[in-house]
Amino acid sequence: MLNPELDLNTVDWNAMPNEAGHFGIYGGRFAAETLMEAIEELGDAYAKLKDDPVLLATIDRDLAFYVGRPSPLYHAERWSRELGGAQIYLKREDLNHTGAHKINNTIGQVLLAKHMGKTRIIAETGAGQHGVATATICARLGLECIVYMGAVDIIRQAPNVFRMKLLGAEVRPVESGSKTLKDALNEAMRDWVTNVDNTFYCIGTVAGPDPYPKMVRDFQAVIGREAKQQCIDQTGRLPDAVMACVGGGSNAIGLFHEFLGDTSVEIYGVEAAGRGLNTLEHAAPLCQGKPGVLHGNRMYLMADANGQITETHSISAGLDYPGVGPEHCWLKDIGRANYVGVTDDEAMAGFHALTRIEGIIPALESSHALAYAMKKAPEMSTDKTIIVCLSGRGDKDLNTVADLEGITL
Amino acid sequence: MSRIQTKFEQLKVEGKAALVPYVTAGDSHPGLTVPLMHAMVKAGADAIELGVPFSDPMADGPTIQLACERALEHNVSLDDVFGMVKEFRQTDDDTPVILMGYLNPLEAMGYDKFAEEAKASGVDGMLTVDLPPEEAEDLLTPLNNQGIDAIFLLSPTTRQHRIERIVAAGSGYLYYVSLKGVTGSNALDVDDVQKHVSNIKQYTDIPVGVGFGIKDAVTAAAVSKVSDAVVVGSVLVKMIEDNAGDDTTIINNISGLLGDMRQAMDNTL
Repeated sequence: MLNPELDLNTVDWNAMPNEAGHFGIYGGRFAAETLMEAIEELGDAYAKLKDDPVLLATIDRDLAFYVGRPSPLYHAERWSRELGGAQIYLKREDLNHTGAHKINNTIGQVLLAKHMGKTRIIAETGAGQHGVATATICARLGLECIVYMGAVDIIRQAPNVFRMKLLGAEVRPVESGSKTLKDALNEAMRDWVTNVDNTFYCIGTVAGPDPYPKMVRDFQAVIGREAKQQCIDQTGRLPDAVMACVGGGSNAIGLFHEFLGDTSVEIYGVEAAGRGLNTLEHAAPLCQGKPGVLHGNRMYLMADANGQITETHSISAGLDYPGVGPEHCWLKDIGRANYVGVTDDEAMAGFHALTRIEGIIPALESSHALAYAMKKAPEMSTDKTIIVCLSGRGDKDLNTVADLEGITL
Repeated sequence: MSRIQTKFEQLKVEGKAALVPYVTAGDSHPGLTVPLMHAMVKAGADAIELGVPFSDPMADGPTIQLACERALEHNVSLDDVFGMVKEFRQTDDDTPVILMGYLNPLEAMGYDKFAEEAKASGVDGMLTVDLPPEEAEDLLTPLNNQGIDAIFLLSPTTRQHRIERIVAAGSGYLYYVSLKGVTGSNALDVDDVQKHVSNIKQYTDIPVGVGFGIKDAVTAAAVSKVSDAVVVGSVLVKMIEDNAGDDTTIINNISGLLGDMRQAMDNTL
């Protein structure tokens, strides 16, 4: 679907999505009428408040003093030397308060919710990072917080479930379907329809009906803005490539967006190839899916020939999702970004490499991006630079890793 | 004139509201659906909404979610649903059949092919839950070309500018969702429904049906006084769930409730 007429040097990247919330054929507002009024209300509120100086100043202050931004851009010198190719720089979102990039978005959305007079916040979560980030902000602002989480994910991310409960959130297990992230999203949408008057749905990724994909991107774009400036400060120039893992795609779009206009910078989104892209057990819609409609937007989806959504597999709960944000779908089709797959085993190798060589324990999600950097860096010369988004820390995954390696904690 | 239009005009002459049951196609097994459709017509149904099973029914409560899961255990596809309608049409050429479902199975089939096959099998309308009018143009064109009505939802939160957009895009009938929530939710407020339905009718002559929360004959009768059609879903689907494997009991129970509703609705005349 690559459009040969499109000159990537002339695209106005900030003009996307269009007024209807479309990125090319992707995105949009595919929701039941029972939700459309709430979606319009949110779209209007966000359009009005996104440039509001008071709100922006509040967000900036929270990002600085509560989250700890800017997060460092760290030159993984020893690892780069061992790999023998490009210099790898890590954007340390793992050092944010709550341990991942997710909080950049929840601060923005929950402050917006407060401006809109909503008193009840709901969220879905896969790995639990978005749930924790939402519960954290709700605790601080004194708002009721309900987090929907698949029953399977509750088991594999037990520490995050406990964190959410400590923070005062109610974690509601979702027993329907595959009992993972997509089902948590379904259940959150059902809650939103039912409690539409007082409830704000805080989505954790760059998917869902418009305005979510652009709103979450705008809140996450701080990652790329900082990284670009830090890279110029440290190396004197732009990076040659940027990489991030892609589930729904929020940390990736956060890093990529600022670099879209810099067409010398190669962009790589890394999907979860699970047990292999040639098996049915993966979560790589951009690599292996096709366009369809789910959760309020058109996007690349994992579905069978009859349009039923298929169950996905990834070692990491945060990437275990059959769809992907519409802006990524569009970037793939126009050829501005490359999307590749990394298997469970490769991700584990990335996890161990960073832990042993740099003393940083990464999240299993981020380990997919690290694993791709391990492949790519040796193909590049030592004067080249790669930025990898280290989107989260691995504390939450210790039980999973121990289980995989037959260790009882 | 379409089957839907013919039916509503006929009911208007008789001064009656339509009774429209919903069941999910292929629930609890594919062989039950066509006999059940015929039984529902015999018990007093004027039209049938037939659910197309979907893996992720976001606007539905647990009852219809489970119905989808039961049907999908038998891999019931859109093609299978067309086959059921075709079989139903062999002995019933009058009762309108409206498919209700989510967009992705239609996307997977392709809109043109969907509309052609729907027409060929005797489908009269399509209610796509997650397709509001602003995204509907690509599907509306093939549906209109085939003479299949596009049924749209309206909700208690739908304001004027959206009502205008929806009545312009819709045909056949409009489906007013009586409460905020998913299918199978509780308690409906008849006065509130009346207020909203008469408001909608200021903008259109298309018949307005009401659904969500209608579980018994008394409520059905009350809603029939303030609307053109009464849609009953979850309470019937629950009867399938409770008696799965026993087709005779399912058909008897559903026929019994629909018969009571029909009688109560007609007694209010």
